[in-house]
Amino acid sequence: MSATTAESRVAVATQRQLIWWRFRKHKLALVSAFVVLAFYVVAVFADTIAYTEPFDTQASRSYIPPQPIHWFDAAGHFHPTVNALKGTRDPRTFKLAYVPDASEPRDLVLFGHGYEYRLFGIIPTDIHLLGVVNSRPQDALFLLGTDQLGRDVFSRLILASRTSLSIGLIGVVISLVLGVLLGGISGLYGGWIDVVIQRVIEILRSIPTIPLWMGLASAVPNSWTPQQVYFAITLIISLIGWTELARVVRGRFLALREEDFITAAELAGASQMRIIFKHMVPSFLSHIIAAVSLALPAMIISETTLSFLGLGLRPPAISWGVLLQDAQNLQTLALAPWLLVVALPVIVVILAFNFLGDGLRDAADPYG
Amino acid sequence: MLTYVLRRLGLAVITVFAITVVTFVILHLPPVDFVTAYAAQVAASGSSISPAEADAMRLAYGLNEPLLVQYWKWLSMVAVGDFGRSFEYGRPVTEVIGDRLWLTILLSLGAIVVTWGLALPIGIYSAVRQYSIGDYIFTFIGFAGLAVPNFLFALIIMYVGLRVFNTSVGGLFSSEFQLAPWSWAKVWDLAGHLPIPMLILALAGTAQLVRIMRANLLDELRRPYVVTARARGLSERRVIMKYPVRAALNPFASTIGYLLPYTVSGSIIISVVLSLPTVGPLLLHSLISQDMLLGSTIILMLGVLTVFGTLLSDLLLMWIDPRIRLGQLK
Repeated sequence: MSATTAESRVAVATQRQLIWWRFRKHKLALVSAFVVLAFYVVAVFADTIAYTEPFDTQASRSYIPPQPIHWFDAAGHFHPTVNALKGTRDPRTFKLAYVPDASEPRDLVLFGHGYEYRLFGIIPTDIHLLGVVNSRPQDALFLLGTDQLGRDVFSRLILASRTSLSIGLIGVVISLVLGVLLGGISGLYGGWIDVVIQRVIEILRSIPTIPLWMGLASAVPNSWTPQQVYFAITLIISLIGWTELARVVRGRFLALREEDFITAAELAGASQMRIIFKHMVPSFLSHIIAAVSLALPAMIISETTLSFLGLGLRPPAISWGVLLQDAQNLQTLALAPWLLVVALPVIVVILAFNFLGDGLRDAADPYG
Repeated sequence: MLTYVLRRLGLAVITVFAITVVTFVILHLPPVDFVTAYAAQVAASGSSISPAEADAMRLAYGLNEPLLVQYWKWLSMVAVGDFGRSFEYGRPVTEVIGDRLWLTILLSLGAIVVTWGLALPIGIYSAVRQYSIGDYIFTFIGFAGLAVPNFLFALIIMYVGLRVFNTSVGGLFSSEFQLAPWSWAKVWDLAGHLPIPMLILALAGTAQLVRIMRANLLDELRRPYVVTARARGLSERRVIMKYPVRAALNPFASTIGYLLPYTVSGSIIISVVLSLPTVGPLLLHSLISQDMLLGSTIILMLGVLTVFGTLLSDLLLMWIDPRIRLGQLK
């Protein structure tokens, strides 16, 4: 009985429902969807989650190791504190060193006050997710330590995720426009124009991309503002990244052209525009969404790689690649291994996108 | 078969042409032309080149003429192996690149061999023992291999090497061999240093190939002929290795077209991280210091070699696969 009700439920379900049911079955993809969402929430509220001005340098506080939060006080009650840092002089070298001072715990509060910023670029505020009572956060709170210039790694990491995640999104949009346009033309018209576009794709894919990116990126003048560099790099990455999307779009067009319902629409006298947008696009939209979610991590890796090499975004812009550049050599790694923590969000978000894309691809064709 | 070879050759020629155009564009992208950059560089180092010398160079590269003429002049120089001089090193570009190009090729080819050597058995295992613990472990490693950019992987390996084993994994030669002329002892030393960079480089490609191999083999294993072979009492080993694996192998081998550019790309980055004496660090350095003749030559050489390698592998594939040889498969 239940089997038949389930079957009849499937029979009347809309395509959207079918895709959702199929996607839900892929647990890893479902979890990944939430992880990706969480990353973008962090990117949107980056200024609130960061607690220290990311450009605030204090040379004397370079390479402070991560400061743990003490969750409970001596009596065992929940009372999160961090130890204030006390400057001491080495009796022999007179070098200033900061050590956590356990006798001076500072209370940690949610939604405390910190540096001023504009939420969403509009609303001026100084409320941050974490705050330290009776002290500026940059005097006590170093969740992930500091870098060479004494900047707080945690705050920089949070703000970097905004750059890196958005560059991926914008890059994918540009690739998508190119891919849909060229792939669509290729698949729709066929003939010599298809041959030309296919050859271009083949050629682009047979050239090693990284040397090419490096060559193009090195031509970005030093005098450009961070915003200009940001768009130049996005453009360079997406100029080569569109081929895979074009391939997917062309493949779907070719497959759909043979379908009976397209022939039926043609026979019924529907215009070409109507066939494309009313019949074809809805049936391969899900495939494109899947392809996009697989293209995004590749974009993020590209940006991170280029910036890591020093050819992509450059300081004062902060992205994951720029931050990883600090962890490039062995001496730094030996001295400040916590700088490598930036690798973690990169790996997690790329994994999540891959799983999500996998799940979406499986769900994209719910009739299969 | 002949048409296939001709078609393939034609595409290779067009690709090489496209690469020369792109290289030319990169050479001319910087706002300051490379002769002026050269003059500035030389002036900064104390001596200077005479305006007549600079003009002679401009003339040789036709810098005052239309772009098309410049391209033609540059191309005809490159075609006979004259890549110009590196401004930074003050020596011909080919001399600066020297052994580094061969080491890059060695590293990339080695990584591809490792990729295949690992992906084939793992792919077969994962398909035959689908959903076993081993399959899950390999799938997980595979996803990690896809997700960790190889420069990050190199960084992490370097950190682990430093912390746990207290050794530096960078470089391709021990210090006493770095400047020594080639000898058997140096080759042996190289052989000892190559495996770690090769493995790092091979990880991502292996992850992809395992997934392809697993999916292909799973498709083949469900075919009726496998059931028939089993019903006829063939040993399990023969049932799997003799036909389905061979059938699943074809797309596996044809992916080298993507694997080669991918690996060459990766070798640049991990060479920078691990400071290997390949063209990687040289390319990065030349681009940052705007030594464009050196940088663009490296890009050109890498591109052309990759195309050449892909062409070779395609012809090899045609020779192996009767379906392509007989013209039944596009």
